[in-house]
Amino acid sequence: MSTLFQVLHQFWIVWLVALFVAIVAWTFWPSRKHRLERHARIPFEDEDRPDAR
Amino acid sequence: MATLATAISTPRETAVETYNEDVVRWFAIATVFWGVVGFIVGTFIAFQLAFPVLNFDLEWTTFGRLRPVHTSAVIFAFGGNALLTTSLYVVQRTCRTSLFGGPWLATFLFWGYQLFIVMAATGYVAGITQSREYAEPEWYVDLWLTIVWVVYFIVFFGTILKRKEPHIYVANWFYLAFIVTVAMLHIVNNLAVPVSWLGAKSYSLFAGVQDALTQWWYGHNAVGFFLTAGFLGIMYYFVPKQAERPVYSYRLSIVHFWALIFLYIWAGPHHLHFTALPDWAQVLGMTFSVMLWMPSWGGMINGLMTLSGAWDKLRTDPVLRFLVVAVAFYGMSTFEGPLMSIRQVNALSHYTDWTVGHAHSGALGWVAFVTFGALYYLFPRLFKVKRLYSLQLVEWHFWIATLGIVLYVTSMWVSGIMQGLMWRSYDSLGFLQFSFVETVEAMHPFYVIRAFGGVLFTLGALVMVYNLYRTARGDIRAEEAMPVAAAVRVAPAE
Repeated sequence: MSTLFQVLHQFWIVWLVALFVAIVAWTFWPSRKHRLERHARIPFEDEDRPDAR
Repeated sequence: MATLATAISTPRETAVETYNEDVVRWFAIATVFWGVVGFIVGTFIAFQLAFPVLNFDLEWTTFGRLRPVHTSAVIFAFGGNALLTTSLYVVQRTCRTSLFGGPWLATFLFWGYQLFIVMAATGYVAGITQSREYAEPEWYVDLWLTIVWVVYFIVFFGTILKRKEPHIYVANWFYLAFIVTVAMLHIVNNLAVPVSWLGAKSYSLFAGVQDALTQWWYGHNAVGFFLTAGFLGIMYYFVPKQAERPVYSYRLSIVHFWALIFLYIWAGPHHLHFTALPDWAQVLGMTFSVMLWMPSWGGMINGLMTLSGAWDKLRTDPVLRFLVVAVAFYGMSTFEGPLMSIRQVNALSHYTDWTVGHAHSGALGWVAFVTFGALYYLFPRLFKVKRLYSLQLVEWHFWIATLGIVLYVTSMWVSGIMQGLMWRSYDSLGFLQFSFVETVEAMHPFYVIRAFGGVLFTLGALVMVYNLYRTARGDIRAEEAMPVAAAVRVAPAE
């Protein structure tokens, strides 16, 4: 088990790159476009009081 | 969704929960105050380099002691207060909830942070220093800052946890990354053993090249997470608000964030090219630095393209111009940085004024300009007045400061590259062609130009102080419409 961990540990940069690619794919997945881009409106939804709206 | 105008005109009621804007107001004033102090000290030490007599032959006023006063004043006092101002404002507005911990914790945060600044600066003048660049404060100041910073984290993260908006807006991601990473960097780099219980002196836990690498892991990520990630948080809120349109691509902002987080932390070794640091570590640092072009361009495109369809606002709105030119400087200096991290380029640029010019194109052009834009946005809102005292004074500030930056950066480019080329000039017999003092003499005119650039930048900031002071008092200057607008109206007829 510990040798397996050592081998996997050696390839840390591969795992990080894979994770980053996964983040990019998740973000730009076409079906998420509408939902994610809607978050850009958040700064325009504030009121002078937090409990307004 | 209500518009900004109705949001501002809504009367405040005391019975309901309100945003804590008192502390934001104090931090905003502190930002302006420390900014002016930092610019004046910076301009003074620029004159010291041109005219050494200004060291006054006193230990307290030598360049060596005043330089950390300048760097700490602009980075931690001006920049730090700007980040505290904007982060505490933005997190409340985008989470639609008041600050966690109530007014007392916020008050402690404010005075605790100002005390840190005063303790650090007075120590430098008295000669108390760890001699670690951008981490000069000694152990007792470091411990105090750690306490204050943990309170900052609790206030900020607590506010996010009790948010009423389901999604955490991307500006808060950048702020949170800045707070967490700076805590980690500060603690590890300042691990030290005090020599005595009541003495100021301490020794670092690290030695030799490990010490150097720890320091530049800290130093570079202070740039990456303090001066970049934190200020990108400002960009992602204030550029859309001032332009009155949402950020160009929210998905790009997510990728921008993660690219920055994944890459920045490895770039530190580029400060140690051609040193005792192993070659593989130098090349690793260089490679990750070059990859930083990705988040650099991602952020710049996202900031600038937010204006697409509204570019005309740049002509009429000097506040937006501050913010957008800041993004352009972000793009320029984060293009220059990876270039300078390449070993062959670094061989020429390292230890020269080119580095100083690069740092200031980022510091003056990006950090200070985006802060000025945010301050001009915030002051009318924080002081509940209709608008800024004078937009024409903002115009004056913009052009004076821009001219100052141009003088500063171009003179340092010329001076730095000349210095680097003189250092590597050999005569036909293989001897060095120039002695060190000859390079110093050659740089003198550029040092004078640089100092003059600093004078202009400081003057611009003083114009801002006057404008913001009158704004806070509720004054409005009777002004004609922008003369530029008239000229533009004529243009289509041609």
